[in-house]
Amino acid sequence: MTPVPSPELFSADGMAGLIFLIMIGVTLAGGFIAATAERLVRALSGIVICFTGVAGFYYFLNSPFMAMMQILIYVGAICVTISFAIMLAAPEQQLKSSPSNLLSGPLGFMIAALIFGGMSALALTTEWQASPKTASGSVREIGIHLLTTYSMIFELISIVLLIAIIGAIVIARGGRN
Amino acid sequence: MALLSIHNYLTTYLVFGAMLFSLGIYGLVTRKTLIGMLIAAELMLAGVSINFMAFNRFLAPDPSIGQIFTLFIMAIAAAEAAIGLSIVVAVYRHYKTVDAEELVNLKG
Repeated sequence: MTPVPSPELFSADGMAGLIFLIMIGVTLAGGFIAATAERLVRALSGIVICFTGVAGFYYFLNSPFMAMMQILIYVGAICVTISFAIMLAAPEQQLKSSPSNLLSGPLGFMIAALIFGGMSALALTTEWQASPKTASGSVREIGIHLLTTYSMIFELISIVLLIAIIGAIVIARGGRN
Repeated sequence: MALLSIHNYLTTYLVFGAMLFSLGIYGLVTRKTLIGMLIAAELMLAGVSINFMAFNRFLAPDPSIGQIFTLFIMAIAAAEAAIGLSIVVAVYRHYKTVDAEELVNLKG
C-alpha cells in the first residue's frame, strides 16, 4: 500500500480525517452502548447511533449509495421493527441479573477480546495484494450488474423477503383469534 | 501512518470491523433477553459488512461486486430481523417472558 502524506489539519483532507476520527469514536460508543446497556431501549438507541456511523464509513469507502441504503434499511426499518418488538414483548424493564451464566462474566469478555485480537492481528500482519481496478463501482454499474449478472440472486432475494414477511405475519398472529 | 489520513488504509477498516464484530459477540453471550441478542447479532452483521466494503474499495478489481454483496447482506438481515422479532412476540405471548434463561421447556 502506498503511504499517503499527512495532510494539514485545516485543509479539506485534514478535516475529512478529523471527521473520520470523530466518526470512529461515535460509532464505537454506539456499539458499546448497544452491547452493554442494561435497558433494551438504550441498547436500541445505541445501535441507531452505531448504524448511522457505519453509514458514514460507507461514505468514506466511496459508496454513497450503500450509505443511503444503510440508513434507509437499518435505521429506518430494522431499528423501528425492534422498537415495536420491545414495546410488544418487554413488559418490565429487564435489568441484567447477577451473572448466573458461566459465559456472562469475565469469560464472555475474554472470548470477545480474543476474537478481536486474533482478527486484528491477522489484518495487521497480512500483506494485502491490491489488483488493478477495471470498473468504477458507480450506481449505474451496480444497477447493470443487478439486472444482468446477478439477476437470479436478485429475484431469489425478493422471494426470500416476501416469504419472510408472510412468515412473520403468520408466526406473530398465531394465538390471536 | 499519520492519524489524520488513516481513512486511506485498509487495515483501519478491518480492525474497526473486527471491533464491531467482537462487541456483537460480547453482547450475544452476555445478554439475557432474546431482543438484546438480536440487537447484538445486528452489530455483528454491521462489522462483517464493513469488512466486505473495505475489501471492495481497496482490493477488488470491480468495486460494484462488494456493494451488491453488502446489499444482499442487508436484505437477509432485514428478513432475519422480521422473522426473529415475530418469533420473539410469539414466544412472549406463550410464555409471558423473553428471558433466554427461562425458556427451558425442551430441557430434559
